[in-house]
Amino acid sequence: MSKILAIRLTRLVMTVIVVSFVTFVGTNVLPGDPVNALIPIDAQQDREFVEQIREEWGLNDPIVVRYGRWLGDAVQGDLGRSLVTGQPVTDEITHRLPITLELMAVAVGFSLLIAIPLGAFTGYREGRRSDRLISGLAQAGLSLPVFVTGLILIYVFALRLHWFPAVGWNRLSDGLGPNLKSVALPALSLAITEIAVYTRVLRSDMIATLKEDYILSARAKGLTDRFILFRHGLRPSLLTLVTVVGLNIGFLIGGSLVIEYLFAIPGLGKRLFSAIQQRDFMMVQAITVLITVFYVIVNTATDLVYMVVDPRIRRTN
Amino acid sequence: MSKLGLPPVITRAPSMLRRGPRNAEQMFPGSSGKSWFGNLFGKMPWLTKLCFLWLILVVLSAALADLIPGLADPNYQGFVFGDGSKTNEGPTASHWLGTDNVSRDILARLIYGARVSLIFAFSLAAVGIIVGGTLGSIAGYFRGLLETVLMALVDTWLSFPALIGLVFITTMLGMRNLVVLVLVGAIFIWPSYTRIARATALSVSGQAFVTAARAIGTSRKRILVREIFPNVLPALLAYSLVGLPVLIILESTLSFLGLGVEIPTASWGGMINQARQDLLINIWPAVWPAVTLFMTVYSFNNLADWVRTQAAARSAAI
Repeated sequence: MSKILAIRLTRLVMTVIVVSFVTFVGTNVLPGDPVNALIPIDAQQDREFVEQIREEWGLNDPIVVRYGRWLGDAVQGDLGRSLVTGQPVTDEITHRLPITLELMAVAVGFSLLIAIPLGAFTGYREGRRSDRLISGLAQAGLSLPVFVTGLILIYVFALRLHWFPAVGWNRLSDGLGPNLKSVALPALSLAITEIAVYTRVLRSDMIATLKEDYILSARAKGLTDRFILFRHGLRPSLLTLVTVVGLNIGFLIGGSLVIEYLFAIPGLGKRLFSAIQQRDFMMVQAITVLITVFYVIVNTATDLVYMVVDPRIRRTN
Repeated sequence: MSKLGLPPVITRAPSMLRRGPRNAEQMFPGSSGKSWFGNLFGKMPWLTKLCFLWLILVVLSAALADLIPGLADPNYQGFVFGDGSKTNEGPTASHWLGTDNVSRDILARLIYGARVSLIFAFSLAAVGIIVGGTLGSIAGYFRGLLETVLMALVDTWLSFPALIGLVFITTMLGMRNLVVLVLVGAIFIWPSYTRIARATALSVSGQAFVTAARAIGTSRKRILVREIFPNVLPALLAYSLVGLPVLIILESTLSFLGLGVEIPTASWGGMINQARQDLLINIWPAVWPAVTLFMTVYSFNNLADWVRTQAAARSAAI
């Protein structure tokens, strides 16, 4: 177990280094001079001033040197200063991260709440009319792009019914009610696709589990269907679902970028989007690396959870 | 048994004989006038049939958009040129689906927008099959250090959220035509295909016919081209069918963020983005592209699911 953990951690560190290096090189190779973010265009006529700024920010050093310096600082928790605002990048990230995390957590939690009963039920009723109906709806949900779902929800529940705000965000510190109101529609837009994916995954595993002999013996004992489904059938069927929830985090991150753009939520995704447009490379670099670290950690954790849920995997490893 | 104790009269051929070809089509494939395609189509459930027909309609109209008689210019703003077209018009004889907020014909923009989505999705699938298929086959058959390095690279690459990378590069480049978008997409499409190709190549390499080819002295390079790759291809084709709807969603999402093909080129995501400001004034310029996008993605998903169940049924029968 500890050996697996060691291998996993090494790979995690390697991935982060490779991704941060690629992003770093990317920001420097692609067109767009960071000087444009630092000083206005008309001030750039002054060549000496531009040179001075370049020197000050270390833009004239070879790229490997600059990357090394960035990495050295990053390890110590210093992700540099924003090229646009001059503020430490970490400050802004800690300010915005909770918003994105809340959005994603609510979306995943809500999806699981809906998808686990649905998946178990459709697996139990395989081939019946209710299964065909729900599975068909799941396929439709899978075909709705996140931004279309978001727009439909905005139109119906914000613009027409006025139940929720169409755009903007209320923090948890503004009170639970307003916060829940602003998280509802964005999280639901993200959740629709997730519910569809989770339901399908759980359904197919459930079908396989329900064919096992111990389910038959449980049935022979006279246990109720509901008890068998949730006490005997659910746990062994959760394996793939756990993996998919982990893998889908990457999708959720992308989705939250779109949703934050659509609902004008001041989260990490929206900041990344504006940082890219402003050529604020320090900010782009920091957020990208943060997202990758988060993604890789979630996937590593998923694999470990996998081992906890299924003793068979623990033994073979 | 009859009453006389005689064996029963055989009125029908023994079951062994009856199990032979039941009609001419089965005895001589292609002789009944029905093509393999017609047979395949006939086997589909009605919903899958509808999906299939819809996809044919979308592909054909996108491919032949320039030839459709009477189809408006997708960028022609009637009110600017004073030909009587109004902005935000409902359906009329000249504009079947109405006009958008700058009086462009919505139907024409939908059809030309389909072109962008389809070219993006199909090109990237092709890139994935060619690049991923080649790299994965080589890694899975030749093994060794190359495989280790390549797969480590693939794993690393896959842990990078693709949408963020795409947004990043497309913004940086500034210039965004379809060719650039496909090239940028190619950076992110190859790893997943490589992984699948390698897994398939691994299992194919263990098959008897590969050993046989080796035994008769076929070179490793020739085995790769003639034995491994052709057997990896079906898996990649099946995967790309599942991947097409994802790519269409990806393209429309980029366009929605304003990072797809540059305006005024029509794209479904771009149309929705443009219309979303005026939802309360006129919702139709957003509804039509959203419905078209949904139907197309749904059709691909439904068809892919059907192909998968067919393949599963066939392998179960074998």
